[in-house]
Parts: sequence; structure tokens; C-alpha cells
Amino acid sequence: MTPLLTTRGLTRSFGGLRAVDGVDFAVLPGEIRAIIGPNGAGKTTFVSLVCGRILPSSGAILFDGEDITDMPAHRRVRLGIAYTFQITSVYANLSAYDNVALPVQRTLADGRAKGALHAGVMEALARVGLADRAAMPAGQLAYGHQRLLEVAMGLALKPRLLVLDEPTQGLSDAEIDDFIPLVREIARTATVLIIEHNIPVVMQLADRITVFEAGRILAEGTPEQIRRNVAVQEAYLGSGHG
Amino acid sequence: MNETPPARLYGLHLAVVLALFGLNFVLPDYHQGLFPRIMVLATFAMGYNLLFGYCGLLSLGHAMFFAAGLYGAGLAVAHLGWAVPAAFAAGLACGALLSLAVGVLALRTSGVAFMIVTMMFSQVLALAILYFAPWTGGDQGLVLPQQARVLNLGFAAFDLTHPAVRYMAALFLFAVVLLVTLAIVRSPWGRVLVAIRENEERTRMLGYDTFASKLAAVVVSGVVCAAAGAAWALLFGYVGANFASVQYSILPLLWVLMGGAATTLGPLVGTLAMYYVIDIASSHTSAWLLIVGVALVLLVLFFPKGILGALRRRWPGWLP
Repeated sequence: MTPLLTTRGLTRSFGGLRAVDGVDFAVLPGEIRAIIGPNGAGKTTFVSLVCGRILPSSGAILFDGEDITDMPAHRRVRLGIAYTFQITSVYANLSAYDNVALPVQRTLADGRAKGALHAGVMEALARVGLADRAAMPAGQLAYGHQRLLEVAMGLALKPRLLVLDEPTQGLSDAEIDDFIPLVREIARTATVLIIEHNIPVVMQLADRITVFEAGRILAEGTPEQIRRNVAVQEAYLGSGHG
Repeated sequence: MNETPPARLYGLHLAVVLALFGLNFVLPDYHQGLFPRIMVLATFAMGYNLLFGYCGLLSLGHAMFFAAGLYGAGLAVAHLGWAVPAAFAAGLACGALLSLAVGVLALRTSGVAFMIVTMMFSQVLALAILYFAPWTGGDQGLVLPQQARVLNLGFAAFDLTHPAVRYMAALFLFAVVLLVTLAIVRSPWGRVLVAIRENEERTRMLGYDTFASKLAAVVVSGVVCAAAGAAWALLFGYVGANFASVQYSILPLLWVLMGGAATTLGPLVGTLAMYYVIDIASSHTSAWLLIVGVALVLLVLFFPKGILGALRRRWPGWLP
């Protein structure tokens, strides 16, 4: 199977710091891939390069066989790469409905199809369980609901690759329990790239895990392989862990 | 922006237009003379509001777009002897070209830099108008002769210097721009403009080319302001360099702030209120700027969202 996303020698320096350093990476279609690693390992920088929020110093990015290294971010989104922000970044002053209407109206071929817009918005809100809060200003939603709204905005783009940057950060245990089946559900129609610190969540969700350290890939494998990997234990899980 | 029954919305805006229409027949002569000016300036403010209120771009150079329309139409009449419709179109074209050029350059910046760059471009135009005095009349300006200001539509000729005709022409321009603004802010594109104001980076990551949207907003805003300028030249017959000065870049900002930024009717309310505050104050004292200043301070303290912004919070949440 050809990978959906491939990076070759992807590098990004900030001053003297190589935040992402020669990363070769590939994700297969339909996969749930988790990226873990200590703070400052370059995870968010890496996915920002993939989404086009920042441009690489060197290296190449291919999406579905097409070179997108120099493509502006908004065109990558149109190709099907959606990014949900690590720091909740909903439009606080707009209603939940309008927040989701923005991505929905862009995916509609005919923006004037009012019925299609409404149906698309309510479907995306329903998938994350926020349909009954459509009229609320996003800034007045509970924090967990804002995270879900963020996911709904990503979903509404009908992405082929959905990048979730620490989606469970700040969620309660009960909310996390609801979140796991949601991601599985999303993965039936999209490939999911998820940065996550919550190791139990990662172990339950991911098909494969990539471990970053100091801008490089330290290890890659199934959850079971990663759990047994000695280098990973030392770098990240804590050497006393196993 | 919310899913409001459109009938009520368009009903309210049509009611405002009808009220202005009715006022023509009941206002005393003096006020019947003021209202066309207020409606044209409110059109200028609506153009400003589209960019500042909805898209969140604070320009300090919108006098140049008003002046582009004013001189585009005025010079066409004075030197080329063009008829009213062609001169008005020339004003619009000048506004469109200028806003496109300024937009492409100024939108490379944002925030304070955008304010400075737009102000700078506006100053260039103001100085150019003074420099080319043989054509523009310099600081004296140009007075368009009365016989040139007749709108000939084939079946009928309208003398734009006649008070009632002037009133109706200004109202027509105001009503068209008001309804266009309403349609824009309720359209998907209007939603994108607000999204850019609220969080541009997020909007980009939803797949929108935010530069293209902002440029389109600058051009639409510039053309509306140019329409107001062209109308001013043709209705009031005076084309003056003071309209290109910094003062006329600040005034639309104040009108919009007073009426309520990002409300469709705010520019009219703000322009009307400010015009009458100045008019009444200046008939009582020469220190009328002081009274304007006090009014603005009170406004910012107690109604930071403007008159309609404050009303919207308390009562009809559906006001666009």
C-alpha cells in the first residue's frame, strides 16, 4: 500500500536549534498513528510542517504522491489535511454553529445551498455530541466542549488526514472515555495523526506509534513493540517503568 | 450572523429606508439640506465599516478612497465634460484601481503597520492633489457648474442641485449600499470576513485564502467609499482637497465607533449623531471640538461597542 503521507529528510531549524532534524516518516491510509515524545521533542513543529503552518528548512513532504513541500497551508487543507489546534482555537465570539459553518461552507461546491450547509453543520456537531449547543457562543462552552468543537471543525472539512494535536489535554477522565470511541469512529473515514501525552489513550487507540526525541524519530512500531523498547523507556516512559 | 428570519431583518432595513424617504416631506428646509450630506457620509462610513467592523482591518487612510471617487468624478466633469453617469462610473473605477493597488501593498502588513501604511498612501494622494493644482484646483478645489450636474436618463432629466432630487439621489445610493452590505455580511463570504477578524490563523487552517478575502474586502470597501465621494462631487458640486486630508480618514472611524462597529445600521446612526452634535454645538460655541471630544470620551466609557452595539446586547440579539 502506498503511504498517504511521506516526509523525506524533513528539517526545520529555529536559529541554531534543529527542532525537526532529518525526519523520514510515512503513514498508511486508514491508520491511527500516534506521535509521542517528551516536551520539546519537535512533535508540534513536525505536524506544523505537515500542515504548512510553517515551512521546512529542507526536506520534502508528499501527500498522496504529490509534493506539497512549498504549498500554502490553505491549499493543503483543500487537499484534505486538517489540523486541530493544541491550544483551543475556536472563534470564542461566534456561536458553535457558525464555528462549524465556516469549514462546512468551504467544502460545499455551491456555497449558496442553504439546506446543505445546515445539514452539514448539524451532522458535524452531532458527531461530537454538541448538536444541542449549536446556538451557544463558543467561548461560553465548557472547556471539554470547546475541545470537541475544535474536533468538529476538523471533521467538517471532510479530511483525508486529520491531525489532532493533544486533543485530550484538559479533558476529564469521563470525557476521555467518550473521546476514544469518537477517534475510532473518525478513523473509519480518515487517517488520523494524533499527538498525545496520555499514554493509556495512545496504547488503546494507535495502530502504530512514532516516538520523537530531540527532533528525530527515536523508535516506531506497534504499541506492544514500543512498550517493550528499552530506549523508549529510558527517554520517555521512565527507566523504572519496565 | 445567526439564523435569523430574513423577513424581519430585511423588513427592519427597508423600514429605515422608508423612514428616510418620508422624512424628505416633513423635514424643515435646513434639515432637508443636511440629510443628503449625512446619507452620503453614512455611505462612506458603511464602506469603512465593512473593512474595519467586519474584517477587523483598521485603516487610517480611507480618505484616499473617498477622494478617489470625488476627484475621479469631479475631474471627469470639469475637464472632460462627461455626463453624470459616466463621471460616477469614473469615480468608482478610480476607487477600485486605487484600492486594489493599495490593498496588494498594504496587506503585506498588519496591525499598527497597516494603519501607518494606509495613512501614508492617503497622504501621498492628498499631496498629489495639491501638487497638480492646475488640474485639481489645489487647496481651492473645484466647483462643478450647475448645468453639468443634471442626470439625463433619456426619458427624464433630474437636476441634482434641486433639494428634493438631491435628497432622493443620496437616499438611493445609501439604500443600495445598505442592502448590499446586509447581503454581504449574511453571505458565506461575510462569515469568512468575521472569522478573519476573530482569528486569522485559524481561518487559514480551515482552508481559506485569507489574503484574497482581505484584498477583496479592501476593494469592496474602497469602491463603496469612492461611490460616496463621487456622489458628493455630483450632488454638492464641490471637489476639495480637504476631503483627502487625515481628518477624513479619522471621521469614518469615529462615526462607525459611535454607531457600532460591525452593525449594518451603525454607520448611519453614528454619522447622524455626530453630524448633529457638531451642528448644534457649533451654533452655540466656537469650542465645539471640545464638546465632540467629551461626547467621544463618554461614549468610549459607557458604550464601548457604540450605540447599536449596546442596543444589540440588551435587546434584539438578531441585529446583524
